[in-house]
Amino acid sequence: MDLTEFLAPFFEECFEMLQQMEGDLLALDGGDTSGMAERIGSIFRVAHSIKGGAGTFGFSRITEYTHKLEALLDAMRDGSRQMTPEAVRVLLETVDVLRDMLAAERDGTTANADEIERTLTIIRQMLNGESIAEPVSAPAQPAAVLAEDLPGEPEAVEAAMPDDAFEPVVAAPPFEESPLEDPPGWHVVFRPGDDIAGQGSDPLRILRELAQLGPVQTRVLDDDLPPVHSINPRRNYLGWAIALRADVPRDQVEDVFAWVMDQAEVSIEPLGAGVEPAPEADASVWGESPAEFVSAEPTPVPTPPARVGPDEVVRPGDVSPQAVAAPAQPAAKPTPAAPAPAPASASAPAQAPTVHAVPARAAAAAPGGDAGGSIRVGIDKVDAIIDLVGELVITQSMLGQFSEEVERDGFEVSMLQRLKDGLSQLERNTRELQENVMRIRMLPISVAFNRFPRLVHDLSRQLGKQIELKISGENTELDKTVLEKIGDPLVHLVRNALDHGLEPVDERRAAGKPDTGTLRLNAYHKGGNIIIEIGEDGRGINKARVLAKAREKGLVGADEQLSDDRIHELIFAPGFSTAEQVTDISGRGVGMDVVKRNIHALGGGLEIRSAEGKGTTFVIRLPLTLSIMDSQLVVVGEQTYILPLMSIVESLQIAPDFLSRVAGRAEVYKLREDYIPVIRLNRIFNIPARAVNERPLLVVIEGDGQKVGLMIDDLLGQQQVVIKSLETNFRRIEGLSGSTILGDGTVALILDIGGLFQMGRRLENRKGAAA
Amino acid sequence: MNALASNAKPRVAPTHSAGDETVGPIEQFLSFWLDGQEYALDILRVQEIREWAPVTPIPNTVSYVRGVMNLRGAVVPVIDLRLRLCVPEQAYTPQTVVIVIHVRGDDRRRIMGVVVDAVAEVYDLAPGRITPPPEVSAQGLENHVRGLVSVDERMLTILDFDRMLTAEAMAVTEGAAS
Repeated sequence: MDLTEFLAPFFEECFEMLQQMEGDLLALDGGDTSGMAERIGSIFRVAHSIKGGAGTFGFSRITEYTHKLEALLDAMRDGSRQMTPEAVRVLLETVDVLRDMLAAERDGTTANADEIERTLTIIRQMLNGESIAEPVSAPAQPAAVLAEDLPGEPEAVEAAMPDDAFEPVVAAPPFEESPLEDPPGWHVVFRPGDDIAGQGSDPLRILRELAQLGPVQTRVLDDDLPPVHSINPRRNYLGWAIALRADVPRDQVEDVFAWVMDQAEVSIEPLGAGVEPAPEADASVWGESPAEFVSAEPTPVPTPPARVGPDEVVRPGDVSPQAVAAPAQPAAKPTPAAPAPAPASASAPAQAPTVHAVPARAAAAAPGGDAGGSIRVGIDKVDAIIDLVGELVITQSMLGQFSEEVERDGFEVSMLQRLKDGLSQLERNTRELQENVMRIRMLPISVAFNRFPRLVHDLSRQLGKQIELKISGENTELDKTVLEKIGDPLVHLVRNALDHGLEPVDERRAAGKPDTGTLRLNAYHKGGNIIIEIGEDGRGINKARVLAKAREKGLVGADEQLSDDRIHELIFAPGFSTAEQVTDISGRGVGMDVVKRNIHALGGGLEIRSAEGKGTTFVIRLPLTLSIMDSQLVVVGEQTYILPLMSIVESLQIAPDFLSRVAGRAEVYKLREDYIPVIRLNRIFNIPARAVNERPLLVVIEGDGQKVGLMIDDLLGQQQVVIKSLETNFRRIEGLSGSTILGDGTVALILDIGGLFQMGRRLENRKGAAA
Repeated sequence: MNALASNAKPRVAPTHSAGDETVGPIEQFLSFWLDGQEYALDILRVQEIREWAPVTPIPNTVSYVRGVMNLRGAVVPVIDLRLRLCVPEQAYTPQTVVIVIHVRGDDRRRIMGVVVDAVAEVYDLAPGRITPPPEVSAQGLENHVRGLVSVDERMLTILDFDRMLTAEAMAVTEGAAS
């Protein structure tokens, strides 16, 4: 069975669940004791769901890891271990490790084995009630401790998960190289279902047949065994976990079960994936051959180690995923006389609602899921589009009917109004449809904001600062592409705010501020843009220091006087940092310029508002989408080009007196108090300008933190354009960011401000060289 | 796609014996005129044929890229084949057409328009009849030519647009910002 098509949703979901787990942990860390039990329960379910899913897909290391985690969480849930702040920290680390492991499985890379080992050791110590010692390296723990992990807890560790799952960790070989490959063989879980006899199959025959393939070790899965008084002798309540130590192809193993595949739950997976039955387990339950467990069958009270929740034994392959998703069921609980899947699937939806309802036997021939990116769309958005399409169809048929009437009866002026009405309806439908289709790509900014509680938590600890994070407007939506690209700049700004902006406690006290600093993340829509604010109530930008630093670096002349805004802008200069000491977090002076550049590349802008002693707020302005842009149409010669409206500062008529050359090279224009460089678009594009143009225009554009005057022949209107890449069928062209199709059907090229700047500079240099 | 790919080899392989003529499926080729010469291309690569209409020139590109046109919402580059093959330029006539073709390369398929003097005919040809281009050929044409075939005493040059319109060839710039 091909499960690969479910891999992408699985990973997606795991990361979502980890996010949730992280949120719960952070809430616990924040001293929020209300609903402690619910939160621990919720965290437990995350670990459990990931374990189940990982098992389904055969990610045995994740299964093992989450299993241990689950054991600890379970102990916390029943109160035998405390959820201390230390524990929260450890659990947060496990979130990281799990992310790493999942990402490694997804990308085919290797997870950090040291971290896995280290956290596992801590988990084990906590389970054993030891104080947590940070192990320097893989500690040589006595393996004997492990067996007694959780005495008296039937559903816990030792059951399906063999004890030796731990041993590779404890013993010297790193987790990575746990004996996964050898010896060859298969781990088979066989649950025939309660009516197997009624259907004419004999499970023992099957087991004997399996034994002919090679040596087998078998363990009885008796977790569904009802109390003695309710046993129906005609029914089968047992399942078997079998380790077949034989190098035979999977097909051959499957063939053994061919007749019962439909009624029974059978999973077959390579031996050694962390699930092989431990041979040293209780001899009364383990048999060396199928014949022996016949005697085990009527045992009404099985020995505790063999008790497992139904979910703990189901393994990849054809296993019902509902069963995998089901939470651990205390095995001591009398299970109704039904086969394993029934209770499991009944409880799964209620307790693990986030788990994908993966069909048990999905279409096997489905193609593998690719990483080409998918998007989850709310059904309401889809419904809205369907409604709009319906309206569009009505409008279309209305207009079609109209044209038939005109054909039949001829056109009369009185009909013009109807035509106009129809067209305006069409226009409205089209616009609404466009907006709604765009909404499909829209995701809430919370996707980007979600990582910050953790980041702030970790950094505040690291920096020794008390910081409260306040997030608002997290439901503000923006285009997925923009969202993906804004993540890193946001992280950078937040780190910067925490490191440089907010003061240490003593400094805050001295300034008469509350000990706890506040970091605010806010997002809202404003006229086709999304505004994201990152603000703190820290020390604010020290203008004198920034200015001094800028003078020292030669960015600003010694006597030059700058406005406050200009001084604030200086922190975006490449290589600029006033941090007295470079920290891990920020201060190397790379970054702020990169942040600004990234935001510009998205067609957005970045502003600073800062008041000394009161705090700094960065304001990011971004277009809601990258596929539609507000633009200004400009004309050079015969050609119409498109300028992003966002980059235009102002447009003005050129006064020839104000245009001059500096040292015979660069053309500059005197714009009020400043001189700005001038780029003649026709020159850098090698196209003819209008031969006679009495009134050339200068469009002042801003990008890369500088202003440039773009000399053009004429300005046309402003309009929204749909951006079409030139690279789809052609290639990237310097100075152009794409193209669009105008109302008359012709293609117009969209100017790339950054590219134009570079071309302008090159042109100047060449002129300089020639002069 | 796959079928085409697997066919590609025998089609290009040089064949000299007459017996080979019957080998392989019959392929169809669209022929067109360019400066009095008849050229052809695999008809499966042809998406459509359009009248010449003015295009939007792209600054700082090689001269044979006339510009880009709007093909029902797709922005498609238009190549002047005369300029590409270094044939003397000529004013466009009402017969001038743009053949919209699929070009493969760089792991993707691009759509391009190719300006030719006029379309001519559709030929059914057995791949075995196509002979490889002569080794010595003016203007490095062998890179653009898949093979030659004679039809009714005339020579037909079968062009290989995948090799002619590679990304590198398109990336040539002429006199950028000078």
